[in-house]
Amino acid sequence: MSSDAFMISQSDKRPIYLQIMEQIKRRVAVGDWPESHPLPSIRQLAVDLQVSVITVKRAYLELEREGVIVTQQGKGSRVAPNPGLGMRLQQQELQKHLEQAIRLSAVLGLQHEELEDRLREVSDNVAAKEQQ
Amino acid sequence: MTDLAIKLDGVGKSYRYFTLDNIHLEVPAGQIVGLIGPNGAGKSTTIRILLGLVHQDRGDVRVLGHRMPAEQIAAKWDIGFASEDMRLYEGMTLDWHMGFIRSIYPKWDAAYAQLLQKRFGLRGDQPIKGFSHGQRVKATLLLVLARKPRLLVLDEPTTGLDPVARHEVLRELTAVMNDEGRSILFSSHNTQDVEQISDQITFIDRGRIIDSMDKETYLDRWRRLRLEVPSGVELPLLPGIIRIQQNGRLAIATANAFVPELANAYENTGARVHSVENMTLEEIFVANVEHSREEVEV
Repeated sequence: MSSDAFMISQSDKRPIYLQIMEQIKRRVAVGDWPESHPLPSIRQLAVDLQVSVITVKRAYLELEREGVIVTQQGKGSRVAPNPGLGMRLQQQELQKHLEQAIRLSAVLGLQHEELEDRLREVSDNVAAKEQQ
Repeated sequence: MTDLAIKLDGVGKSYRYFTLDNIHLEVPAGQIVGLIGPNGAGKSTTIRILLGLVHQDRGDVRVLGHRMPAEQIAAKWDIGFASEDMRLYEGMTLDWHMGFIRSIYPKWDAAYAQLLQKRFGLRGDQPIKGFSHGQRVKATLLLVLARKPRLLVLDEPTTGLDPVARHEVLRELTAVMNDEGRSILFSSHNTQDVEQISDQITFIDRGRIIDSMDKETYLDRWRRLRLEVPSGVELPLLPGIIRIQQNGRLAIATANAFVPELANAYENTGARVHSVENMTLEEIFVANVEHSREEVEV
């Protein structure tokens, strides 16, 4: 349940609740917080992060809506008991990056074929670097 | 129904050159409420009225269930107040001050006081006159925090502190919220502090409350839209938009009641929406004050 490695960035322009959501999702995605893992209480996390209770509450509500966590009255919140949740979150992350790439390439006026070529090129570069 | 630590209803106070007008303010138990306003807006007057230090001309003030100023003596056991102009005894040490407060308030928590003294890096055996500004502020806060009052009222608690001291103070304030029965009202013009730790935000300007809302809703409603406008077209002031600044083909629309449909509505006028940006509390604060002053003048 430790919230030690949570960090809110003042220079990050996104709202604090989104930063909290993202950090929780990342823990779930990498498997640090497996299915049914208990989350810190809202008040505890607010104190640890030195942010307001309402901000953490908002983050938990949105995570619940997205099906990442479940909250039971009086028992607190835990990671949703949903096999494959970590994988799903990683897929979502990939999807987001792909959409961003599509949007940027549209701004640059790239055709889909050109984008595919670029992707292949990047992929080769990454593979080459990892072999070193 | 939530318990209210503070409830101000239609409170007013008139001075020769300043009027505090029809103030409504609620501080729910277990929450941190930030009071923001420019210099001279009425923050300190509001705080002094709810402490019973200044008597209102009209309106109802209740603090921790006590009617103020009539029942201020009963209320004060559970209120901790700290402000910049509070004086410590220059010739006396911090230890002496702690002993003094402890002799008055039975709820004094000596272990917590010691912990705070260590965290704040204050010497107990040093006379106050050798303390820096930051050390004085921290000493004053220590004396208030270690009493464990149910309500903390802090007038500009972080003004003049260096970043490390500010951080230490904010940490102790948020730590108070571990206890759901305790509440904090603090005034500040440091919007970054307010944005970080408040649950509710109240804006005050020229003696009036111009907005009061939970922080998340508040930050959600304000947006800045960057638009590209076809030449010759003038953007309409849609509902929810308080201001449009247009320069050539580029325009910025500021929304105080943003909904995604607003962006679509502008696209329908032929404009292109480049981005929809969140605003910091500081930007909202300035836009809000300017907008409310314009409205008053119209």
